Amino acid sequence: MSYVQLSATDLALAAFLLVVNGAISLAFRLGLAVSFGVAAVRMAVQLAAVGFVLNFIFAQTSPLWTMLIALVMVLVAGYELVQRQERRLRSWLIYGLGNATLLLVGGLATLYAVVVVVHPSPWYAPRYIVPILGMVLGNTLTSVSLALQTLTEGAERERAAIEARIALGATRFEAFATVLRRALRTAITPLLNVMSVAGIVSLPGMMTGQILAGVDPGEAAKYQIMIMFVLTGASGLGAFAAAFGGVLLLTDARHRLRLDRLGAARA
Amino acid sequence: MLRVDYLSVGGLAPLSFEAAAHECLAIEGPSGSGKTRLLRAIADLDAAAGYVYLEGVERREMPGPEWRRRVRYASAEPAWWGAKAREHFPATAKLDRLLSAVGLESVLLDRPISELSTGERQRLGLVRAIADDPRVLLLDEPTSALDAQAAALAEELIKFQILLGRIVILVSHDSQQLTRLANARLQLTDAGTARSRESAAA
Repeated sequence: MSYVQLSATDLALAAFLLVVNGAISLAFRLGLAVSFGVAAVRMAVQLAAVGFVLNFIFAQTSPLWTMLIALVMVLVAGYELVQRQERRLRSWLIYGLGNATLLLVGGLATLYAVVVVVHPSPWYAPRYIVPILGMVLGNTLTSVSLALQTLTEGAERERAAIEARIALGATRFEAFATVLRRALRTAITPLLNVMSVAGIVSLPGMMTGQILAGVDPGEAAKYQIMIMFVLTGASGLGAFAAAFGGVLLLTDARHRLRLDRLGAARA
Repeated sequence: MLRVDYLSVGGLAPLSFEAAAHECLAIEGPSGSGKTRLLRAIADLDAAAGYVYLEGVERREMPGPEWRRRVRYASAEPAWWGAKAREHFPATAKLDRLLSAVGLESVLLDRPISELSTGERQRLGLVRAIADDPRVLLLDEPTSALDAQAAALAEELIKFQILLGRIVILVSHDSQQLTRLANARLQLTDAGTARSRESAAA
């Protein structure tokens, strides 16, 4: 593998495009120059820090350090999941459900992809685990979030219809059938769309990265196909787990609708 | 026999009363006095402390859905989850008979719910609550959206259910309807509750 390493000068040259943006903003008094600067510095510091941390973790190549960073990633993803919900289940409930789903589905899918499919040695090599877990979590997060959002909104809007079914003797899953199906459809449709247009509309990020790093495009495509299978599978399973868990949280053991467990709407 | 024992509903003092087969118990009280909440608690749609027994079996002794197949709450504004009425009914031979009893034609079943009038939907809701033969009917303003003629048909259907041996608990703002149907009354007031027995006029 061969690729052109970037020097600090190269980065400064790339930043020149942003400086042009800032100059235009100043010239027309758009008031965006400071925001541009802050966002650019923030991005650079974050990515440099991640690069530094990953360097350290890769150097250790110990199962303990790999597990630690994996746990941090899951927790951050769980936090992001809660932030995305407009109307939340009482926070510890959805926090628990979101994190449990991400940990279980994300963790298992990543382990499966790394240990069974890629099988590097040692199996816990963070060079494989960390990027794959990152992609799995990012994608699963989106579909889990969509599923929970659609489910809670649907439960609220269709409260009367759900309760009518419950009053007629339906179990909680029978009563939620319509809302549940819509939640899963909403969460899973984008996954199908992404698979259908992969490589046509734009090259997937990971494949682009591998090609830039000097990997043969055919090999890069194989990796991308593998990742697509894993990401879509994990996202779909995440949506199922979150939606079924959501129905259990929005009802109780007596099969009563428990919308009181939804927190207050955020301003 | 439906027996309610120390049932705590909202801010009300714990309630105890009974209703036997062939009986229609009217629940009376001003708006906001907890009539709907009481019916919902009896159907186990809302959590409430206390006991409700049907033929000696307490509601918690069976799963919630099984209880609600026996003890049926029918809302004043029935809700619908499908596009057409037919999706909401069990496939039963007597459906057509029940519909014609309240003056509805079976063709309504295949029209979109949204095209039906409020009164048609309310009568469909009553038929839906009765169609699978629950033991207890908790009727919340069953004729509030009906004209006099349709209300009379709905009352006949309710009366027939009482004759069949079902237990009916009725909430209605129509005091004449209560006189026609109920043979006992339960008054919900701030001071507490009182049950009085009177002979049905009919």
